[in-house]
Amino acid sequence: MTTLDRPTTDAGSWTSDEMLAVAAARTVRAGQACFAGAGLPARAAELARRLHAPDLLLVHDDGRLGELGAVSLPELFGYWIQSGRVDVGLLSAAQIDVFGNLNTTVLGDYAEPDLRLPGSGSAPEIAASCREVVVVMRHRLPAFVERVDFVTSVGFGAGPLDRAMLGLRGGGPRQVITDLGVLEPDPDSAELRLTAVHPGVRVEQVRAETGWPLEVSEDLVVTDAPTPHELAALRSVMTGSGS
Amino acid sequence: MPLSDAVADLVRDGDEVALEGNSALIPFAAAHEVIRLRPRDLTLVRMSPDLVYDQLVGAGCARKLVFSWAANPVLGVTGSLHRLQDALVNAWPAPLEIEEHSHAGMTARYVAGASGLPFGMLRGYAGTDLPQYTASVATVRCPFTGEELDAVSALNPDVAIVHAQRADKSGNVQFRGAGGMQREAVLAARRSLVTVEEIVDELSPVPDATVLPSFAVTAVAHAPGGAAPSAADGFYDRDDEAYRAWDEISRDRTRFGLWLEGIRVEGTDTV
Repeated sequence: MTTLDRPTTDAGSWTSDEMLAVAAARTVRAGQACFAGAGLPARAAELARRLHAPDLLLVHDDGRLGELGAVSLPELFGYWIQSGRVDVGLLSAAQIDVFGNLNTTVLGDYAEPDLRLPGSGSAPEIAASCREVVVVMRHRLPAFVERVDFVTSVGFGAGPLDRAMLGLRGGGPRQVITDLGVLEPDPDSAELRLTAVHPGVRVEQVRAETGWPLEVSEDLVVTDAPTPHELAALRSVMTGSGS
Repeated sequence: MPLSDAVADLVRDGDEVALEGNSALIPFAAAHEVIRLRPRDLTLVRMSPDLVYDQLVGAGCARKLVFSWAANPVLGVTGSLHRLQDALVNAWPAPLEIEEHSHAGMTARYVAGASGLPFGMLRGYAGTDLPQYTASVATVRCPFTGEELDAVSALNPDVAIVHAQRADKSGNVQFRGAGGMQREAVLAARRSLVTVEEIVDELSPVPDATVLPSFAVTAVAHAPGGAAPSAADGFYDRDDEAYRAWDEISRDRTRFGLWLEGIRVEGTDTV
């Protein structure tokens, strides 16, 4: 596991998980319909709602559409998700590969697993049909692999033309937000490459936690540090206070 | 009808049984009756297997699990159903076959089953590894556009068991709260049992409630608290502590064995 120094600015110090949540929340835009998976994605979506997107419509996999009410599950998966009416899907996974494919099914061999993971849930349809996907996960070597053990949810398959060939209507992964930085698909190869590092993180550190030869964008930037406002909102999400 | 009689009447060795529910209205009391009945070789069907299927698998009642997302919903994520994990990784207490889908796939399968259709359709499986391991997935060509789509076979369980808030004396059932696939499971199944918090003379209309008329249900049993520790909207909330406590029981074969003995011998439902 990587241990990060806690960067200190006039906002005080923050943890790498807090930087991750803030960076992920910034990708969500006001007015969007958003599906957020359990854990880190749900935390990021809730933070966005409290910061800059109070009108974010959170679509839940029990059929609730924000606070507007609930629809049945056939309606949710058919009319709302498969039809492409959800703008952004925030997903996490146990493994991600160079093409942004996600594994939440199994580690090791399918028939004789090393570890059985929860499975597909709503993720395959979110990955297939949302206008865009933002992946939110901690950047660690066992999770960032050249090829996932099982493709639960499709990113770019094995190359830039695969989504179109498979008939997937959504745009696929736009960004991968980690606790070290941001990866984005290369427009030509669809391979994920590093486009931003968080304050205090070195490129070599990110490479050491990535299981494929990680390309770095010529326009690499450093993420803006969390503001005091963002950190206060995040900490109120974490403790379940505020609204 | 007493719950134990209803379960004994409806559940047989080798049956395909769907105990549905979503994050709420999970038929815990009925599941524990199934454990007491000690059936063998069940195929357990449920979109989100949580504690009840961890319990049934650990108790050795199941041969196969059909599902789309398996975890303890309070702890979330990986490895949080230790009896399932033990069955899949170590074949303890018995090997467990699995047939997995996505939530959308399971939904389409129940809808097809409830509608008298042989299969459902969706788009989400293209490019995933799921079809190569799941025999109930195929592709179908649209006769109008020629487009290739994923087909999933209909689910028609032998028995569906679900929990609802109330029924009237004629057996008409009323559900409240964010829904799962309970009604579809009952309508797709050959036989069905609905456990309810209360039985009233006459159902009064409730906003947002959904219904199953009595002719669509085989048996109704009065089981107050029958969804606890999950929630029953209007009656009780989810007991998150009980879900956390299950983690410790489930983690250890011996502790689980003691829990199982308590369920079987004393008939005390602790979780």
